[in-house]
Amino acid sequence: MLFRRATVSADEIERATGWHLAAEGLCRDDHCVPFAARDMDAIALADVATALGAPLVKDDRHGLWALGPEAGGHALASAIAPELDLPDARGRRFRLSSLRGRKVVLVAWASW
Amino acid sequence: MWQELREELHPRGLELVTVALDAAGVTAAAPWIAAAGPRHPSLIDREHVLGSLFGIVNVPSGVWIDEGGTIVRGPEPAHPRRPAYKDRVAPADATAEQRERIETVRALHVEAERYVAALRDWVAQGAASRFALSPREVVRRSRPRPLAEATAAAHFALAQALHDAGAREDAVAHFREAHRLHPTNWTYRRDAWSLAGPEHERLYETSWLAEVKREGVENYYPALEMPE
Repeated sequence: MLFRRATVSADEIERATGWHLAAEGLCRDDHCVPFAARDMDAIALADVATALGAPLVKDDRHGLWALGPEAGGHALASAIAPELDLPDARGRRFRLSSLRGRKVVLVAWASW
Repeated sequence: MWQELREELHPRGLELVTVALDAAGVTAAAPWIAAAGPRHPSLIDREHVLGSLFGIVNVPSGVWIDEGGTIVRGPEPAHPRRPAYKDRVAPADATAEQRERIETVRALHVEAERYVAALRDWVAQGAASRFALSPREVVRRSRPRPLAEATAAAHFALAQALHDAGAREDAVAHFREAHRLHPTNWTYRRDAWSLAGPEHERLYETSWLAEVKREGVENYYPALEMPE
């Protein structure tokens, strides 16, 4: 998840990470981590990274920040399939959840 | 190769979703997709979100998801049939390096028949299939994510953004850092090498052969962890 500033709004954080700011802290699905923000429009990415246990990497030359996935657990925190929303070759978006009711085999491949 | 299997199993309730992990996006993946003429969703994942979301680090990898949206098998090598490279013979005039590469590729661990038989069984039996795992087992088997590997994902994202913006040399530095921090993530390595083209061994000072030998050819595609 990329950011062009070190300080972002709560909306930007939610769009990029799926974590939203609530009274309990930063929440995603039914899980919250403690977090308090004084200004919903000016939240330090470094504070978000610390709260989530996620790495924040900066490229000084280009003024870009990347927030990595949460560290310390497993790639799959639960067996509930995460939502996957990706385009096809024509740019049409497809959501994995639209296949509920069918078995799915999801196969990763590459041209290289 | 997946197409035939999809046509066989689709009437029995299975859908196939293929995802191309290609940082070059449509340019790289679309010709392959067009040639296959798929009837299933064929998606493109430029940012390797499958790595962040599922822990996928190599291709081909498969994930099974049941009708309720629960994963019953997490990422594992998913070969629909024996690849041609398993039977390739080095030509008489091959160099020592070409010969070693062909032999290394032949030695990769591929269990296509076993994988496809297990998939057919699950499609027929559902939750009663001995290949369907419990939610707890799915989580237990999924890749641990130490800080180094999470940091590698952040460097990969920066690298790709810089490559897209034309800052290719700066991108290489972040790709290299992603490779250093997560050496067994073959999708990070091979996608970055692909973007670099013929220059990649010079730019990255390594090769697929050198890295596979270092990590162990038997670890490139781990053995399927499933009953016989």
